[in-house]
Amino acid sequence: MSDPLLSYEDALAAYEPVLGLEVHVELNTESKMFCGCSAEFGAAPNTHTCPVCLGLPGSMPAINGKAVESAIRMGLALNCSIAEWCRMSRKNYFYPDMPKDYQTSQYDEPIAYDGYLDIELSDGEVFRVEIERAHMEEDAGKLTHMGGATGRLHGADYSLIDYNRAGVPLIEIVTKPILGAGERAPEIARTYVEAIRDLMRALGVSDVRMNEGSLRCDANVSLKPWGRERLGTRTETKNINSFRSIESAVRYEIQRQAAVLSGGGTIQQCTRNWLEHIGETSFGRSKEEAEDYRYFPEPDLVPIAPSREWVEELRATLPENPGLRRNRLQEVWSFSDAEMRDVVNADALDLVEATVAAGCAAPAARKWWTAELSRRANEAGIGLDEVGVTPVQVAAVQALVEAGTINDKLARQVFDGVIAGEGEPAEVVTRRGLAVVSDDGALGDAVQKAIAANPDVADKIRAGRVQAAGALIGAVMKEMRGQADAGRVREIILEQLS
Amino acid sequence: MDITRSTAADLAASIAAGEVSSVEVTRAHLDRIGAVDDKVHAFLSVDEDGALAQAAAVDARIAAGEQVGPLAGVPLALKDVLTQRGVPTTAGSRILEGWRPPYDATVTRRLLEAGVVILGKTNMDEFAMGSSTENSAYGPTYNPWDLSRVPGGSGGGSAAALAAFEAPLAIGTDTGGSIRQPAAFTGTVGVKPTYGGVSRYGQIALASSLDQPGPCARTVLDTALLHEVIGGHDPKDQTSLAAPVPAVVEAARHGDVKGLRIGVVRELGGEGYAPEAEANFHATVERLASLGAEVVEVSCPNFEYALAAYYLILPSEASSNLARFDAMRYGLRVGDDGTRSTEQVMALSREAGFGAEVKRRIIIGTYALSAGYRDAYYGSAQKVRTLVQQDFTAAFAKADVLVSPTTPTAAFGIGERLDDPMAMYLNDLCTIPTNLAGNSAASFPSGLTSDGLPLGFHVMAPHLADDRLYLVGAALERSLQDSWGGPLLDRVADLTAPATTATEVAR
Repeated sequence: MSDPLLSYEDALAAYEPVLGLEVHVELNTESKMFCGCSAEFGAAPNTHTCPVCLGLPGSMPAINGKAVESAIRMGLALNCSIAEWCRMSRKNYFYPDMPKDYQTSQYDEPIAYDGYLDIELSDGEVFRVEIERAHMEEDAGKLTHMGGATGRLHGADYSLIDYNRAGVPLIEIVTKPILGAGERAPEIARTYVEAIRDLMRALGVSDVRMNEGSLRCDANVSLKPWGRERLGTRTETKNINSFRSIESAVRYEIQRQAAVLSGGGTIQQCTRNWLEHIGETSFGRSKEEAEDYRYFPEPDLVPIAPSREWVEELRATLPENPGLRRNRLQEVWSFSDAEMRDVVNADALDLVEATVAAGCAAPAARKWWTAELSRRANEAGIGLDEVGVTPVQVAAVQALVEAGTINDKLARQVFDGVIAGEGEPAEVVTRRGLAVVSDDGALGDAVQKAIAANPDVADKIRAGRVQAAGALIGAVMKEMRGQADAGRVREIILEQLS
Repeated sequence: MDITRSTAADLAASIAAGEVSSVEVTRAHLDRIGAVDDKVHAFLSVDEDGALAQAAAVDARIAAGEQVGPLAGVPLALKDVLTQRGVPTTAGSRILEGWRPPYDATVTRRLLEAGVVILGKTNMDEFAMGSSTENSAYGPTYNPWDLSRVPGGSGGGSAAALAAFEAPLAIGTDTGGSIRQPAAFTGTVGVKPTYGGVSRYGQIALASSLDQPGPCARTVLDTALLHEVIGGHDPKDQTSLAAPVPAVVEAARHGDVKGLRIGVVRELGGEGYAPEAEANFHATVERLASLGAEVVEVSCPNFEYALAAYYLILPSEASSNLARFDAMRYGLRVGDDGTRSTEQVMALSREAGFGAEVKRRIIIGTYALSAGYRDAYYGSAQKVRTLVQQDFTAAFAKADVLVSPTTPTAAFGIGERLDDPMAMYLNDLCTIPTNLAGNSAASFPSGLTSDGLPLGFHVMAPHLADDRLYLVGAALERSLQDSWGGPLLDRVADLTAPATTATEVAR
């Protein structure tokens, strides 16, 4: 039961889209927000729990100073003001994934507020996104609904709860309404979240993996007729699980809302759920169903009052702005815009930089990471940094190629070996016997065999058509199972037929 | 020596000197509980095996020549609102029946580390909501002075255990008077330390910004010794103060009020106060003056609004603190027959598991925090709280301690105020301002009514000046005992005597 859509062009002709983005970043602190339990992802269910994160009667939270530090650094990197005094608040609602049936969060006193982030769009233009606030909160547990048709709590046969995630520190970054995006609204939404990802990674405060939920985005979209001041009614799309989906979901909501409005209808304030498999949003909860969270200051914690000295110390630890860093590296490496985009899109910036630092030429580093290794990561459905080859190993492989020990084709087999755990590149070459043969005796025999098998080709070469040598080289390489120095083979062929 | 009539200080000295073993002392108290608790019902559970094992461990340490703490080997009654690993902890509620916590409250841990022997868990109003212990889901506790009367609440079980000689030490928690009012009703000593002076970690929260665990005993010195054991900073409770425990034991031993300025709070008296209670209060002030204290009158005009503010702040915080009792992880679960939704099971369990007073306060608190009402109710109450704090600050500029009756009346009859929540709430008129401001306060026995019921004298001290309470308490205790020829509790009813009027009370 798909909703009717207006074409994107018609939608934009009639209405101006306004965005509001809420990004949740799960911090990579060792311990949880309010207890000493490990915050690591992926452990056996309910093994990272204690009386505090299970909300047992009598237990009390103790705030993780490292999480506050990360929040302040994030706030500073987002050009925010840092509160001199703020409190945690309780957001009250009943749900089985909330051990205390309230979430300890921040309400009207966020740790960071009034900032901005400049993002670079594909056409090179810089767009400024204003940040309303960044606040600290704790994550909920993870529910898995078993049986039932919808995969939701209602209608499930039973549900399993994993409280490992309960109490993992989160930062929620909320933008001010983003105006002036126009037809680029979907791109701006995606680029903004990618920029947040890059910034968090540069800060080292989060793993920022959308597929593991350590980076999540809710997209608010509303439309208003061009020229009108007042904002339209918005919808909030949830469950967006990839960067591509952010773009698709915003685009979809623009087209869907435009169809409703142009048909004389009104938009109902509600949440929508992004359905990845069909590329559509579906109705979630209406505003009337929205809970009254009965916020009040968390009486189990004392106010947070970061000293100005501390804030300035943290400001001094901020890394280079990712955008500026990209521009700097592009210049140092002499990459074209397209080459640089390949590196960034492949998530290979850090890896290429580390590979170059290990002694590899920049173009070669780029080639290995964005082609060969990216392909492997994509096939395995894992991150490029999880592919099983380190920047130092890539540099070592390239050094072997440049020394003539192996060629590009053999290098792929060396990567196979490294990934399979057979050791460092040089060891893999030895163990697998992959070194290129440049011994004239062995090559000479293979060349003679190839000439004997291809007399017409040999005649052409003797007649001066040197370019025909390619066919003989191919035959020799086949005979040598690829492990021959192609340049030397060519020389031997020409010597023998001269 | 009569073990169950001894002070904790004397028992500890005898145990340390090897004159009596902790096991003997513990056994004597367990026997006393066995003999009288079906009349008093101070305990919800008695951990006989655990207590004897703890006692034997202390005896072994002493036999091995180890140095032990000043209360090692002495038995104690723990209010059932504090967790003890593996021991049933109910907070007086049906919803937690059978729950055995997997961890010790910080107070519990400190007691056990000090070698204090925990006899069992004491009765209380459900989730500490009440002033009579009649709101316990497990039946009321009876006042040892007159079994037809309440022992006060919410910590009626702890206070009654002391007055019935079932334990020489007890732990209470005080959110609006739950340590002090039962102390007044039972002729015992109860101290609410400065907020943050004793860790709340492991105390099942009623109202986090008001709750404070504290020591209860029959003498001022015993109370101070216990205060020192449980007090001090705890990193698990970030609202606990990073300050040393005030010199309470020294003050309790010193007990001199010469030159101490005692401020009589004008607003805590008059209409609504029983004439006998007022007369006793003024006589007690006179007594302190005769001991060298300087008496001044102070005014705290905003105390008038304290009760109203308290009954908005407390339910607001309680409505959130009690949300976790949702049948999902522990405690009572009702209606989970495979046909009902999660929300229905949550609602049915809370309907069945909570008593009327708990529901009343959850509803009030939910309302006071809801959108559109929050500023008018919760917000205004917080402003009153600030005004009450300012009243204290101004008063403490004129006086070193403030004093009032602990309660407007002596213990009332069981069932007498159950249908009138306002009459019940008025019990805490004198004690509530201290919880709103976070300073320290205590109740000390100050005499008997003509009916032979105890009355309490209420002393309030500034933040972290808890030692002043003990200074006043010890001076008063010494002077009164000289007048009476012994402790007030020597006059409590003999619970083991056959056929008194007390046994007519139906159980």
